Amino acid sequence: MNRPEHGGDGHSAVSVLELRDVSKAYGQEPAVVHALTGVDLSVRAGEMVAVMGPSGSGKSTLLTIAGSLEDPTSGEVLVCGMALAGMPQSRKARLRRRVIGYVFQDFNLLPGLTAAENAALPLELDGVAVPKARAAGLAALDALGVAGRASRFPDQLSGGERQRVAIARAVVGDRRLLLADEPSGALDSVNAGEVMRLLHEACQRGVAAVVVTHDAQLAAWADRVVLLRDGRVTGQTARPPGPESLLMPREAR
Amino acid sequence: MSVPHALLALLSEGPKYGLQLREEFEAGTGEVWPLNVGQVYKTLGRLERDGLAESDDTGQDGPQKRFRITPRGAEALATWLRTPPDLTSPPRDELVMKVLVAARVPGTDAHEVIQAHRLYLLELMQQWTRLKEGEARDDLGLALVVDAELFRLDAVIRWLDAADVRLARAAAEPPRPSPAAAPVPQLRRLGARR
Repeated sequence: MNRPEHGGDGHSAVSVLELRDVSKAYGQEPAVVHALTGVDLSVRAGEMVAVMGPSGSGKSTLLTIAGSLEDPTSGEVLVCGMALAGMPQSRKARLRRRVIGYVFQDFNLLPGLTAAENAALPLELDGVAVPKARAAGLAALDALGVAGRASRFPDQLSGGERQRVAIARAVVGDRRLLLADEPSGALDSVNAGEVMRLLHEACQRGVAAVVVTHDAQLAAWADRVVLLRDGRVTGQTARPPGPESLLMPREAR
Repeated sequence: MSVPHALLALLSEGPKYGLQLREEFEAGTGEVWPLNVGQVYKTLGRLERDGLAESDDTGQDGPQKRFRITPRGAEALATWLRTPPDLTSPPRDELVMKVLVAARVPGTDAHEVIQAHRLYLLELMQQWTRLKEGEARDDLGLALVVDAELFRLDAVIRWLDAADVRLARAAAEPPRPSPAAAPVPQLRRLGARR
C-alpha cells in the first residue's frame, strides 16, 4: 500500500506554501473585523493539509490569501519560495494560472467544452499552444483514470467522472499547489470521500494541497488537520500512528 | 457485537467447521473484531444446546466437527436482524463526564479540555481513514466497519463543537438566578446510572 508521508518531520523539504504571521482585517476602526490573526502555516510538496473550523473562522479568507487573490493586512505569504508582497499584479496572475490549481464546491466545469478541453483550459488561458495544452490535459485525465472520457461533454459524464475531470483541471501542467474550498460540495459521504481520495492521491504525486472544510470526516483524509477558530490557529493534529495499531495483533488474543 | 448471531449468519451459507467459522468471522469484519477459537466453540456449544445449530454426529469433539444451522436457528437469525438494538438509554459516556466536570472545576479551561479531545479524535479519524484509503478499498466488510467508526467519532467531535459553543455562550451571558444549580442534579442523575 502506498503510504503517504505525514507532516511534522520534513523540515528539509521546501514549502510550497508558507504563511508567516499572516493577519487580515476588513473595515475601519472602530468597526474592524479581524478575519485572520497571526496565522503561521507551511505546506510541503506532497502534503495535504486540511483547514477545519466553524463558519466565520477565517477558512475562506486563508484560502484567498494563499491563492494570492487578496493581500494580507500584515505578514508574509510565499508560494514556491516566492514572496507575494510587492509582486506586480501581472506576475501574481501568472502564478495563479501556472502554479495554483483550484477545486470548487460544484466543480465548475464549462458545459460547452469536452473533458479534455476543460482539463486543458487553464494552460490555454495561459497562452500554451493548443496541442501542447491538450496533451497535458489528456495526461492529467489519464492520471485520474478518465482518459477514456476525454471527448465527452460534462453532461455526458457521471458525477464521479465530473469530479475527476475537475481535479485533473486543477492539477494540469505543472501545478504545485492545490487549493480546495469544501471540494465535495453536496455529495453524499461515500462520493465526498472519493473526492478526498483523489486529492490525496494527487498529493502523493507531489502536489501540495490545502483543503478547507467544516467536515471532520473529510478533514481526516489529510496528512495534517489545522484547526482554525476566530481567525487563529488553535491547534493541529500530530502525526498519527499508522492504521495498523487499530487492528488487534493476532498474538494478543 | 453478537457472536452467536454472527456465527448463525455464517452457518446460513452452509455447514462449516469451527476454525473456518472463526476465519470467516474475522475476514467478514475486516479483522477489526478478533475472535478466539475457544469463544467460537463455546458459542457453538450453546447454539447446539439451544437447538439453533447442530453438528455431524461423529462422536468426537474438536475441529473435525461440522456445524449447520437448524430451521429454528434461521428463524432466530431473521428475528435478530430486524430487532433494533437497545439505544434508548444513553451509555455512560466518559467524555461527556469529563466535559461536565471540566466546566465546574475551578481554574480549568473547559475549551482547552475540549480541544485536547478534539485533536485526539481527529487523529484517530485520520488513522481510520488511512485504513479506508488502503486495505478497506477491496474489503467490503472492513469498509463498512471503518465507516461506522468514522461516523461515530465524527458525532463525538460534533458534540464537542456544540459543547464548546454552549460553554462560551454560558460564560458570556450574565449569570441567571442559581446558575450552579442546573448542572448538579444532571451529574447526580448520570452518576446514578452506574
